[in-house]
Amino acid sequence: MTPLNRIGMIRTTAFKLAIVYLLAFTGLTAFLIGYISYNTNALLDRQLDATITAEINSLTEQYRRGGIRQLVSSVELRSRRPGASLYLVNDFSGRSIVGNVAGLLPGSAMDIPDGQPVHVTYYRLDGDQALEYDAIVRIYALPGGFRMLVGRDIAEREEFNRVIRDAAQFSVLVMVALGLATWIFVSRAVLKRVENVAATSRHIMSGDLSRRLEVTGSGDEFDDLANSLNEMLARIEALMIGLKEVSDDIAHDLKTPLNRLRTRLEATLRGPADATVYRDAIAASIGEADQLIQVFDALLRIARMEAGSSGDEMVPLDAAEIVEDLADLYEPVVEDAGGVLRKAVDGPLPIAGNRTLISQALANLIDNAIKYGLPAGEDAPGGEQRPVTIKGLREGDEIRLCVADSGPGIPEADHARALQRFVRLEQSRTLPGSGLGLSLVSAIARLHGGRLVLADAKPGLEVTLILPARANEKKAVEDAHDRGERPAG
Amino acid sequence: MRVLIIEDDREAASYLAKGLVEAGHSVDHAPDGDAGQQLAEAGGYDVLVVDRMLPKRDGLAIIEDLRRRQDRTPVLILSALGQVDDRVKGLRSGGDDYLTKPYAFSELLARVEVLARRNQPSSVETTYRVGDLSLDRLTHTVSRGNQEIPLQPREFRLLEYMMQHAGQVVTRTMLLENVWDYHFDPQTNVIDVHVSRLRAKIDKGFERQLLQTIRGAGYMISDAAE
Repeated sequence: MTPLNRIGMIRTTAFKLAIVYLLAFTGLTAFLIGYISYNTNALLDRQLDATITAEINSLTEQYRRGGIRQLVSSVELRSRRPGASLYLVNDFSGRSIVGNVAGLLPGSAMDIPDGQPVHVTYYRLDGDQALEYDAIVRIYALPGGFRMLVGRDIAEREEFNRVIRDAAQFSVLVMVALGLATWIFVSRAVLKRVENVAATSRHIMSGDLSRRLEVTGSGDEFDDLANSLNEMLARIEALMIGLKEVSDDIAHDLKTPLNRLRTRLEATLRGPADATVYRDAIAASIGEADQLIQVFDALLRIARMEAGSSGDEMVPLDAAEIVEDLADLYEPVVEDAGGVLRKAVDGPLPIAGNRTLISQALANLIDNAIKYGLPAGEDAPGGEQRPVTIKGLREGDEIRLCVADSGPGIPEADHARALQRFVRLEQSRTLPGSGLGLSLVSAIARLHGGRLVLADAKPGLEVTLILPARANEKKAVEDAHDRGERPAG
Repeated sequence: MRVLIIEDDREAASYLAKGLVEAGHSVDHAPDGDAGQQLAEAGGYDVLVVDRMLPKRDGLAIIEDLRRRQDRTPVLILSALGQVDDRVKGLRSGGDDYLTKPYAFSELLARVEVLARRNQPSSVETTYRVGDLSLDRLTHTVSRGNQEIPLQPREFRLLEYMMQHAGQVVTRTMLLENVWDYHFDPQTNVIDVHVSRLRAKIDKGFERQLLQTIRGAGYMISDAAE
């Protein structure tokens, strides 16, 4: 492994996690073992001490009752029991009278009969040998110059400590093994999936937008993540497809008139050099250019609004006023087209929005209603005037602005398609228009947090611009909109 | 009148200058912000036509500078930025009118002429008169000869605006902006319908037609004998 690889390995989340687990568990185990060991030792010490004290009390009692003779026999009796304590009785000169202890190491505590527990090393007679053992003893001075030693071997305690040590060592081994296992598990099972995500992302970035992240179906966080990312990818893909469609549409809807423009100019140039012909051609070309500019403007507006960056100010408005103003503007137009404008506005309709944009949206809808609902040269049956209806009303938290015509309408199946850019349904192909009207309205609706709904007006088409109602009415006052250009009255 | 064009597109500027000269105005042209600023500061112009995005110095900055020095010369801003917000920003910086590129020359000419006239004090009259047609701004009455003509409020405002600019061409867009306060182009020619209704009320039955349609440009109300 090269040093670079080693650094890379150390950097992985798996390695870090393994180290952290290892340290945490080692710490915990060390604490547990230490705690248990300390407390058990203390308990054992107390038990030893209690046993020794009890033996001393009992032997002292024997001595008091029957003198040295009874003490000796009692000690001899006790010494023979299995697991016997340690006993040694010396006379005043220090000679051993009775006991199962071969002798104490030099410098032993036999000279200090203060009854305190003392840690000593002693020899025990085991066959011919005198083996060395550790013990806790108490030395007690008896009346008559005798000294009595009673003690317990502490090999048991030592044995226990050894078990603890072994356990500690074993635990460390297990910890390390677990740490390694964690590392392997995390790096293999978990991080592998992260790497999969990264690999798939790279694929997608290289242009294959149809790729999706793997969902294992385990329902864990990785599946959640993959699902969210897949949704995002689907959205991006849809946007990309939309963009492609738009560029195709632009190619078609802008190039067609551009080509017409060019052909017209070319044909004029090839034709006779006649001023009148030239003038007509130029006038027609300007008209064509204006149409192009309109399409281009609409496209730009839609794009900017859909990107949510139109920068147009949103101010508190009364939609009822907007509807009234537009009805006022369009009433004679509708009448001239042979219809009648019906208006039903139930104000006030507080919204937060941009007057120009909403007016433009409604104007587009009314234009459409006139264009498709009041076809030139077609009279309604019975000589009645065909109505174009404008409604403004509030429904809960929604402000609904409807424009309905009584023309042929749009079949239900085509409603969704009608809102798309450049879509011109069959029946409208013969009429002038960019095919951007409704999608512009739709974009304006979305920019205001609303939506556009098409419905069958039976007969005719009803288009409803649904906008969220403005919640606090106070803002209307404080937000003095700069509408200085508007003439008073 | 004297017009200063501050525009970095030389070809567009020369077409513009040619058109304005043909319409009887004298024109100076500055190709960048600095030159424009100097000429504008020298003064003596009736109208400034300022492109918004200029080399060396931003068009809006020039206008703001002028206004700081209490120079009230009318300014028409030309811009490729046509969003509602851009217009508001342009007008806030001190511009008097805003025209989005690409524009029709007739539109620009009409606006320049209206702006130049605005600088003259005649627009504070309370009564407008064109021939035998008179409009009283205080009583909101319109009469022709001895005959009073009843008008809808919107028709009154339409006539008021046209009479305020009597003898000048007003375009459909100008009417839409100034009478209705709409800053977008409706697809159908709504203004034509309103104007023809107004014409029916003020001109019908009279020998002299005051409200004239100027082909390719807009409308004009005038008493000029034709």
